[in-house]
Amino acid sequence: MVNDVVVIAEHAGGALTDTTFELLGKARQLADDWGGQAIAVLVGDAALATQLGAAGLVVTVDGPGFVEYTSDSYLDAVMAAIGDRAPRLVMLSTTTAGLDLAGAMSVRWDAPLVSSVVAVVAEGDAVVATSQIYGGKIMAECVITADRALVAVIAGSFPSGAGHRDGAPDVEALVPSAQGAARVVFRSRAEPAAGDVDITAVDVLVAVGRGIGSKDDIELVQEFAEAIGAPVAASRPVVDAGWLPKTRQVGKSGLKVKPRAYIMFGISGAPEHLEGMRDAELIIACNTDAKAPIFDVAHYGTTVDLFDLLPELTEKAGG
Amino acid sequence: MRIVVILKQVPDLVEEFEVNQDGSDIDREYLTLLLNEFDNHALEEALLIKDATGAGVDVVGLDDSGIDQSLYSALAKGADRAIKLTGLDTSSGWVDTHARAAMFAGWLRGETFDLVLTGVQAADDLDGQLAPILGSMLDLAQVSVVVGVHVADVHVADGVSAEQEFAGGVVATLAVTTPAVIGVQAARQPPRYVPIAKIRQVQQAGGIEQVAIAAPSVGAGLAVRRMYSPEQTSHAEMLTGSDAEVAEKMIELIRSRGLLK
Ligand SMILES: Cc1cc2nc3c(=O)[nH]c(=O)nc-3n(C[C@H](O)[C@H](O)[C@H](O)COP(=O)(O)OP(=O)(O)OC[C@H]3O[C@@H](n4cnc5c(N)ncnc54)[C@H](O)[C@@H]3O)c2cc1C
Repeated sequence: MVNDVVVIAEHAGGALTDTTFELLGKARQLADDWGGQAIAVLVGDAALATQLGAAGLVVTVDGPGFVEYTSDSYLDAVMAAIGDRAPRLVMLSTTTAGLDLAGAMSVRWDAPLVSSVVAVVAEGDAVVATSQIYGGKIMAECVITADRALVAVIAGSFPSGAGHRDGAPDVEALVPSAQGAARVVFRSRAEPAAGDVDITAVDVLVAVGRGIGSKDDIELVQEFAEAIGAPVAASRPVVDAGWLPKTRQVGKSGLKVKPRAYIMFGISGAPEHLEGMRDAELIIACNTDAKAPIFDVAHYGTTVDLFDLLPELTEKAGG
Repeated sequence: MRIVVILKQVPDLVEEFEVNQDGSDIDREYLTLLLNEFDNHALEEALLIKDATGAGVDVVGLDDSGIDQSLYSALAKGADRAIKLTGLDTSSGWVDTHARAAMFAGWLRGETFDLVLTGVQAADDLDGQLAPILGSMLDLAQVSVVVGVHVADVHVADGVSAEQEFAGGVVATLAVTTPAVIGVQAARQPPRYVPIAKIRQVQQAGGIEQVAIAAPSVGAGLAVRRMYSPEQTSHAEMLTGSDAEVAEKMIELIRSRGLLK
């Protein structure tokens, strides 16, 4: 068994993602504990390797087939990069690519996988990974004693600072072997349409979640938002239900916002939502479930029913 | 075209969760189970394809407690067949995704199909998501986080086109060779509603087929040492008082920061 820790690097728009550095910082620490090295696997855009100074080795796979991410060809590429290296642990993020690749790798590489991970430690030879499941309400501490393991980590679980280091890692460029016809082919990309308001550019946001129950009642939230001069943002289910446009969605697959105040009604605080708003200066949450995970992140909270609270708020804000 | 939709039930997240005595699982005694919301979107996407092209839609689930309800509801919405795979003992509670996937793979290897759709994730996916694990077990193309599947796309000769969503709502359109396994994040439109009366009707007619599959010998390869509720490292300061007093305090918090327009 080799005690190396591999990070599957990700990039978008010509830059490495934050989560890549979060993983890399952690990978170095674990590799140090085990006496191995941190290895970054970079598929496509091999020029970015110079920014992965925190790794001891960067394995690049690049070429015409890797300009755009696709699950099939990237899976072949990361499997080739791992080859017979036999690392102790491979780390990915729970991004779109991470969701595609982690499960697939666990089958191809025959390694146990822990998903939605927020903490990883080395305990002797074992990997102990803590997963946040049931919408953030339960933590599960998992022990993997096999000689290999995979973790898919929730964004923001580790600081990215330790992953940003100057250095001149060895770079090994892997020439991908001729592949058969790709089963998944990239056609085009669409950026989200701009909305009527830019929710990333305002001081105060009023956010509404599934707790509102119906499209008609969105009006209650709108009235309060209007009274304080703020736009209405939403969690994903509200957007998927067609109650508010996609341009109002906050979170992992929506927008990242950092307003001076984020006032939220009927949002549970799932990790995918928190990813988009946890850095707001002031977070006030209204949720009837006193155990809702949002109360671990909010600065102020109330369990008053939103249907009772909103009319009071609108009245007081107007007065 | 034949589409298989895989369904599973998960605990209602709005409820209170307790960990069982030995800390190995959540206490399942009083849990309410619901269809995984992402599976509901997968079903909707399949039904939209059926509406447009006449494709056949089969729904399949493992023999978990409560799954009949989801299968009947899918039939009432317009699925053609409902199948329940027996053979894996699910009575003790949580079953890892790898074992689930192995059951579905065992069944699908003997079936002819074009697409398998399922939810992008479930709230209890401790060891990963079903679509990529199943896709790899069957060595088929697999794509996760999909927000639209189109079968009548002239650009795709032997497959479908799928829209895959990335951070910030960026969407890539992909040509995917079928058969393929797709993890659905959201259907093109909100899942349809079906009246309870109609579900009852379907239920009375019966019609869930049972297929026995040999239980897989391999599992996820990990041991849950401990489950616990997250320690509240920092907790919101709770505002107390009458509704009006809480509202007043909230307004004051905003006003004191000079943020009230
Ligand atoms: C790949 C991926 C990407 C995702 N991206 C995003 C994203 O960008 N943004 C996002 O938000 N989600 C995203 N999600 C979905 C996420 O996992 C959650 O499902 C979602 O955030 C839950 O939204 P919610 O809090 O509004 O709903 P729920 O979790 O259903 O919470 C509703 C809350 O309302 C409370 N409530 C009910 N009634 C009342 C009342 N009368 N008064 C007060 N409170 C009440 C309940 O206690 C509950 O806590 C993503 C998921 C995946 C798999």
